[in-house]
Amino acid sequence: MQLSRDELLAAYRRMQTIRMFEDRLHDEIKTGEIPGFTHLYAGQEAVAVGICDHLTIEDMIVSTHRGHGHCIAKGCDVKGMMQEIFGRAGGLCKGRGGSMHIADLSVGMLGANGIVGGGAPQAVGAAMAARLDGKGRVAIAFSGDGACNQGTTFEAMNMAVVTKVPAIFVFENNHYSEHTGVDYAVGTAKDIASRAEAFGMPAWRANGCDYFDTYDTMRELLEYVRAGNGPAAIELDTERFFGHFEGDPQRYRGKGELDRIREDRDCLKAFRARVGEAKLIDMADLDAVDAEVALLIEASVVEARAAPAPDPATVADDVYVDYV
Amino acid sequence: MAVMTIRDAIVSTLHSEMERDPDILLLGEDVVGGNGTAGGPEAIGGIWGTSGGLFEKFGPNRVIDTPISESAIVGAAAGAALAGKRPVAELMFADFVGVSLDQLWNQIAKFRYMFGGKTKCPAVVRLIYGAGMNTAAQHSQSVYAMLTAMPGLKVVLPVTPMDAKGLLTEALRGDDPVMFFEHKALYGVKGEVPDGDYRQRFGEARMVREGGDITLVTCGRMVSFSEKACDKLAADGIGVDLIDLRTTSPIDEEAILDSVEQTGRLVVVDESPPRCSLAGDIAALVTTKAFSSLRAPPELVTGPHSPIPFARELERAWVPSPQKIEAAVRRALEYR
Repeated sequence: MQLSRDELLAAYRRMQTIRMFEDRLHDEIKTGEIPGFTHLYAGQEAVAVGICDHLTIEDMIVSTHRGHGHCIAKGCDVKGMMQEIFGRAGGLCKGRGGSMHIADLSVGMLGANGIVGGGAPQAVGAAMAARLDGKGRVAIAFSGDGACNQGTTFEAMNMAVVTKVPAIFVFENNHYSEHTGVDYAVGTAKDIASRAEAFGMPAWRANGCDYFDTYDTMRELLEYVRAGNGPAAIELDTERFFGHFEGDPQRYRGKGELDRIREDRDCLKAFRARVGEAKLIDMADLDAVDAEVALLIEASVVEARAAPAPDPATVADDVYVDYV
Repeated sequence: MAVMTIRDAIVSTLHSEMERDPDILLLGEDVVGGNGTAGGPEAIGGIWGTSGGLFEKFGPNRVIDTPISESAIVGAAAGAALAGKRPVAELMFADFVGVSLDQLWNQIAKFRYMFGGKTKCPAVVRLIYGAGMNTAAQHSQSVYAMLTAMPGLKVVLPVTPMDAKGLLTEALRGDDPVMFFEHKALYGVKGEVPDGDYRQRFGEARMVREGGDITLVTCGRMVSFSEKACDKLAADGIGVDLIDLRTTSPIDEEAILDSVEQTGRLVVVDESPPRCSLAGDIAALVTTKAFSSLRAPPELVTGPHSPIPFARELERAWVPSPQKIEAAVRRALEYR
């Protein structure tokens, strides 16, 4: 383990921020105040944070409909995100996008995406741009086990290989494509990484419920890509603690499944156990982080609730930069 | 002024703009050609001859041969544009836009709006379109109406070499996504092209003729067919206001309405099927905004509600011809 105490605390803080953000949304959505579809990332925090902790602000990511975790891990403003999800004028996207369309290009977050598989080709284009600049930047496409079945993802993987651009395909296998099991929907023996390998790029596999395994594996992968060897992929075995969308009755879950994954596959619990056993950080310090994050989330909800709605007169603004 | 073809105007504009702006990159199927073959790169040089010499000058990081993967071509253009570049993506046939449609209408067209105006997406997609070469139902269509209907996209259709240069330059220097339609039957059309920097603003129609008796609105290859009809009509003393829209999004409503207010009669010629078409759109514009000026119902000259056929006789029957345009003008003028 090469991470400093500060780095560990920062990683924990980011994971906990995602967890509390999503847990709070889970409760807030029940009040009916938040409109539209919301897909929560809780359970997968080790992936977003373990991947993005290696990135600089210059590196770029494209995200998915389940994108809150990627946004937070890449550095999007939490309060701006909460306002966006509440549909407020002060949201990161002025209330135009909502949960599925959060972006902040100033931190290299090129956008969540409501279309499953929509992002992968964009990461290839961003990687073409990165190569043209010659500064060693990379572009990452987060995709789920659902997106791994979209033709766009196949096209993107092949194009990345033949053009040898610094694109990275991160496959988060949470075992559910919406309401359908990966055992049914992914034909390659439940394995996604082998698809990337079949397209001609190296692929790594890691435990997406373990920050350290994700982080260490990503380091290897990133060394390969930053060295100019072309694209690479990583498949993370992870868990989705909530339904496909909020309100999903999750009848497809096995008996006791949710209790079991929350007990055995919780990346935050695993993180605390690991740093505790290794005596790297006092539990009291982690508890202090929890308290600070809880205050941030509380403040973001209070502010979002009180924030003004967008002005209906702006409905057709921002379609074009200029239009005659 | 140099005299050159539309094809050469496009090639030379790509050369000069790529020299001027290092952020411009070109990608598409066979835009280089010959990669992975015994002949080597530039063995083909693009099947339309519109990317000649670019690969040698700008290299593989800026002139990128892609696999046959239209979703990834347009999607990569989307990503490169978000990442600060000015990609030019070529769809070898506009018909292939169907393969890539999500990346256009759910992605490129919507980024700026969905992201609250905090980004721009200056991607240019070149679509080679149109009937007239017996390329049948999947290689002949003019899909500009569909893309014109999508908020967030701009749609451009040059008809002269001068406009090819002016509109392409404008597309490459603007900050919005532009669908740049090139009619495959117009590539060889010759005309004068201004030297040096030359931009043509979007949303500014070209008054091809000012005749005053009737308003004929069209775009793309139908401009030249309409000119032929106008020649016949002129022999009978009929003067036509012939309007080449140049861009269908934005559209120069003022030019259309000003003319109809003078003439009171409208013909629209549109190389596409009739339903939900540009022709119908312009007829709706005029009937809602200049109803009191109209002295005859609008005449719409389009293809039939059918796919585009292969055989010469059938394709000729499908495409609006100069004869059909002429007849429509006479009908509109005879209406009392």
